[in-house]
Formats: sequence, structure tokens, C-alpha cells
Amino acid sequence: MKILVAVKRVVDYNVKVRPKADGTGPDLANAKMSINPFCEIAVEEAVRLKEAGVASEVVVVSIGEKTSQEQIRTALALGADRGILVETGESLQPLAVAKCLKAVYDQEQPQMVLMGKQSIDGDNNQTGQMLAALAGIGQGTFASEVKVDGESVNVTREIDGGLQTVGLKLPAVVTTDLRLNEPRYASLPNIMKAKKKPLDTTTPADLGVDIAPRFEVLGVEPPPSRSAGIKVADVAELVDKLKNEAKVI
Amino acid sequence: MSILVIAEHDNGSLKPATLNTVAAAAKIGGDIDVLVIGSGCGAAATEAAGVEGVRSVITVDGAIYEHQLAEEVAPAIVANSEGYTHILAPATTTGKNVMPRVAAMLDVAQISDIVGVESADTFKRPIYAGNIIATVKSSDVVKVITVRTTAFDAVATGGSADSKDGAATESAGLSSFVGEELAVSDRPELTAASVVISGGRGMQNGDNFKLLESVADKLGAAVGASRAAVDAGFVPNDMQVGQTGKIVAPDLYIAVGISGAIQHLAGMKDSKVIVAINKDEEAPIFQVADYGLVADLFEAVPQLEQAL
Ligand SMILES: Cc1cc2nc3c(=O)[nH]c(=O)nc-3n(C[C@H](O)[C@H](O)[C@H](O)COP(=O)(O)OP(=O)(O)OC[C@H]3O[C@@H](n4cnc5c(N)ncnc54)[C@H](O)[C@@H]3O)c2cc1C
Ligand SMILES: Nc1ncnc2c1ncn2[C@@H]1O[C@H](COP(=O)(O)O)[C@@H](O)[C@H]1O
Repeated sequence: MKILVAVKRVVDYNVKVRPKADGTGPDLANAKMSINPFCEIAVEEAVRLKEAGVASEVVVVSIGEKTSQEQIRTALALGADRGILVETGESLQPLAVAKCLKAVYDQEQPQMVLMGKQSIDGDNNQTGQMLAALAGIGQGTFASEVKVDGESVNVTREIDGGLQTVGLKLPAVVTTDLRLNEPRYASLPNIMKAKKKPLDTTTPADLGVDIAPRFEVLGVEPPPSRSAGIKVADVAELVDKLKNEAKVI
Repeated sequence: MSILVIAEHDNGSLKPATLNTVAAAAKIGGDIDVLVIGSGCGAAATEAAGVEGVRSVITVDGAIYEHQLAEEVAPAIVANSEGYTHILAPATTTGKNVMPRVAAMLDVAQISDIVGVESADTFKRPIYAGNIIATVKSSDVVKVITVRTTAFDAVATGGSADSKDGAATESAGLSSFVGEELAVSDRPELTAASVVISGGRGMQNGDNFKLLESVADKLGAAVGASRAAVDAGFVPNDMQVGQTGKIVAPDLYIAVGISGAIQHLAGMKDSKVIVAINKDEEAPIFQVADYGLVADLFEAVPQLEQAL
């Protein structure tokens, strides 16, 4: 079966992002960019399914500026077979991303779409569910285990109360949680090989997708800051402060 | 304006997250109805009718809704959404799973995880692991929203809404429930507890979490964990606090053997009082702690338990 994996270029998870001084958006000047960690897990899972003989082809898609090619190449170095860049200078909202992915899904006709549960920049946690709705297929979100069984897949999901396993007819969308797997590192030979793998470019317009924004960001601000605390000398002082100063115990 | 709040429940009872979501709806203003979709969920619907500020409770009862599968629940929400300007659900794993599916079916955006209501179309929400708060203005006719429950104080109960049955839907036939492993605990739920004590990689193993449990017993606290502690297999995933785990904002949060990575802070830095116990005085957790204790946790935690 063919697996489509959606990967997003985001600011690296180690960067502490602050608002720009004028409050118009995040200050990302010179910030290190990476593949969204959840998407990396999605790529790893797809590659493992290929290595296990379950999948025959792994196609990676990213929507964004030309620079997103870097993240597609990273995914190719991790073992994906070919890439598709849906190039746009606009920063697309999740519904528009889902519509682009639906168009690519229709072209590629994969049996499974693997995605991250959340992009760590927008923290939306929406796109996979939206794609599943647009395609009229099932969704296994927040996956910590994926077991393909012929025409269906069992997905174990991390939910607030513990774990839930659902069975989904294929094709289906699966979104990854952190414990699904631990992604490998790309080896140098594989990074070299990835440069030769096919990478096609298209655009939202070519795909016939309406990407008009549905909301406007009026401004950004830092979260309320916490006033500096104190160090206590020992447990006795801590308990005293909690009882008599903070009055929380 | 009329607002539809999707109830969070386990068929037998209403989850407190619903009360926080109704509170967010009340800030938007207008009539508030609660939609209870489940199987044998009459008791949850009765409870919902007692939530203050609610006009009507609409119940959709059917076997296909028992496990809140998104493929079944989303069409039922859409079928009962006619005429509403806003559809709200808590940003729990259930709400996060279902609501984007609803939004896409209605061809509208979803505004995720709101922490503030500026007006009927403008909301505040955290992005970049809570390091930035964005103000977003929606231009969609229907606003589909998930609510960060810790940002809105629960409304009271004691109201008396009317009740009616809503439209049921056919099974989508795309998914089935296979099984679940739910955590059982006598302690308060992590997201609703007024005191939380969490352990990190510094705990060294799962057995050592007993140290935290004995403190939790004395304080009536819930026990949480960092991702590192969950990844290492010390404790199960439902205990993870953070950007990608649970968001908590108790009166008192005690972080033990946790370094304070951005992703952990994202889940707990709105707590009223934060205590950190860590042997490394440079640990970033001390930058958000009201009271920091630089100490070996294996000495400090038993002492704390004794002192309480
Ligand atoms: C996409 C993504 C999402 C993430 N989401 C989350 C999330 O939701 N929640 C989360 O927590 N993390 C999350 N993380 C992981 C996060 O980046 C950190 O790796 C993690 O929080 C570290 O956990 P820790 O503080 O327990 O471990 P460490 O960073 O290893 O810290 C252990 C601490 O214990 C202290 N210590 C050790 N021994 C003792 C002792 N005997 N006494 C006292 N102190 C001691 C050490 O000084 C140290 O500060 C995420 C990461 C990524 C990439
Ligand atoms: N621009 C994009 N290009 C490719 N995939 C994306 C893009 N945006 C979101 N996704 C996918 O959707 C997942 C969830 O993102 P989000 O809904 O934004 O939190 C990501 O982990 C990706 O798999």
C-alpha cells in the first residue's frame, strides 16, 4: 500500500519564541527551522511500515515556501521515496492546508495518510481531523500504536483517561503522538541519496484549492509573566511559606 | 447569538470540563444550549440540565455514540447545529478529536484552545507552547471553538434547563471501538485537582513515584509527570503535563526532579503557586517557581511528607 506523509517546516522545538516588538507576529528572524517533531514520527512510522513489507511506497508532502524542500529532503533521507511540495508564499490556515492535502490525496490515492497530531508553532491540532472529514474517511488521532491488518488498521490512541484502541477501514488518516516511535537519525549516505530522489512542485492554484484565510491575527503578546520567586533554605521553610505566606496548604 | 456547547461526559455523568466550557460560552453571550451525544446518556443529560445559564439540553442517544468515535459524533453535531453562531467543546482529547472534523464538514475554521474571549468573534489563544498569546478574529459564519478549561472558572450548578431530543444520524461505518485501558485512581483528576505534584526524570524509576503519592495523599493532590518520566516508562501517558500532554493550573503545583523545559512549562505555568525541588540550582524550572528548594529529592520529599 501507498502511504502519504504530511510534514511541516516549523521553528525548532528548542527555540523559545518571543513576539516581535511591534506585536504583529512571532519573532522568527534567524531562528533554526526543523521538521515538526510529530511529523518526523509520522515519517518514521511510514518507513517502518515499508521496512516491514506492509507499505510499498512512502510519499511525503509539505505545504509552504520553497524552503520547505529542506524538510522534504530530511524525510527522504529518513527513508521516504519521493516528495511533493505545494509551494505558496502565504502562511496557510489549517483548513486550507487540509484542502491542499485533500487534493494531493485525490491524486495519489494512498491507503493511509500519516500526519503529526499537532504542529508545535500553531499548536492547532486540527489538520489531520479536517483532512479525514474532507476525504470522508476514518481518523486515528494521537496514535501510540498502529497495526495494519489487511483492509483495516487498529490504532491505539492516547486519550485523557488512558488508552483507546479503534479499528478503522482503510484508507484512513492517522496522527502521531510522541510515543509512537523514536525517529532514527539520517545517515550521511542516505542524506546524499535523498538529494537524487524525486521532488515535484505544485501550487494551491494548480490544485484548485481556495486558500482564503478564515481568521485574522490581530496581534500577539507575551503571556502574563510570573514575578520572580525565592529560594527556600530547607523543607521547614518551604512548608512554612506554603502555609503562612501563600496559604495554599 | 446562540451557542451550542458539546458536553463532555462518560454517559453516566457529566465531566467538569463542560462547566468551564459553558463559562466561556457565557463570556461570548447569548443563548446557551448543551448537546449531549452518547449511549444511555440520560443521567449525563439530566446533570447538564442543572448547569447554570443553560437554556436547553439536547440529547442524541444511540449505540453508535457510546465511545465518542469522531466519525459518528461529528455528523451528529453537524445535524444539530442549524442556527447556532458558535459551537464550543472543551479542548480535551475528545474535543480535539471531534471538533476539527465538525469544522471541516461545515467548511469553517476551528479556533483551538481559547484562553480568552474578547468579543463574539475575537478570541485569545496560546501558540508556540504558550510563549505567545495571539488575538484572532474569525470571519466565519459559524465559530467552531475548543476551550482551554483551566482558563475559565466553572459555572455553578442548580439551574433548570428544558430538555429535548436531537436528530440522530446513521452510522458512518468507518470506524469501530476495539478496546480501552483507562487509568483507575482514587486521586482527583489531574486537570481538576487544586494541588498537583509531578515527577520527572529525576525520580529514576516508577517505584519512586510512591514518594510523591504519599505527599499527594496528605494534600489531596493529583500526581503528574514530565514527558521524560512517561517516555522512560516510569508512569503511564495520561499523567503527562505539558504542551502536548495535559494543561493544569492548580492552586499549588510541585515539580520534583523536573528541569523545566519549555514544553513542560507550557502545561503548568498558569498554576497559582509553583514549587520546584531540584538538585541543580541552574535548572530553568526555578525561573517560574515561587518557592525553589535546591535539594536532593530523595531527602526532601520524605521530609516534606513528614512535615505535612
Ligand atoms: C514536540 C515535543 C513535545 C514535548 N511535549 C512535552 C510535554 O508535553 N511535557 C513535558 O514534560 N515534556 C515535553 N517534551 C519534552 C521536553 O522537551 C523535555 O525533554 C522534558 O520535559 C524533560 O523532562 P524532565 O524535566 O523530567 O527531564 P530532565 O530534563 O532530564 O530533567 C531532570 C531533572 O531532574 C533533576 N534531578 C535529577 N536527580 C535529582 C535528584 N536526586 N534530586 C533532585 N533533582 C534531581 C535534574 O537536575 C534535572 O533538572 C516535549 C518535547 C518535544 C520535542
Ligand atoms: N503546511 C503544512 N504542510 C504539510 N503538513 C502540514 C502542514 N500544516 C500542518 N500539517 C500536518 O498537520 C499536522 C497537524 O498540524 P496542525 O493541525 O497545524 O497542528 C502536522 O503535524 C502535519 O502533519
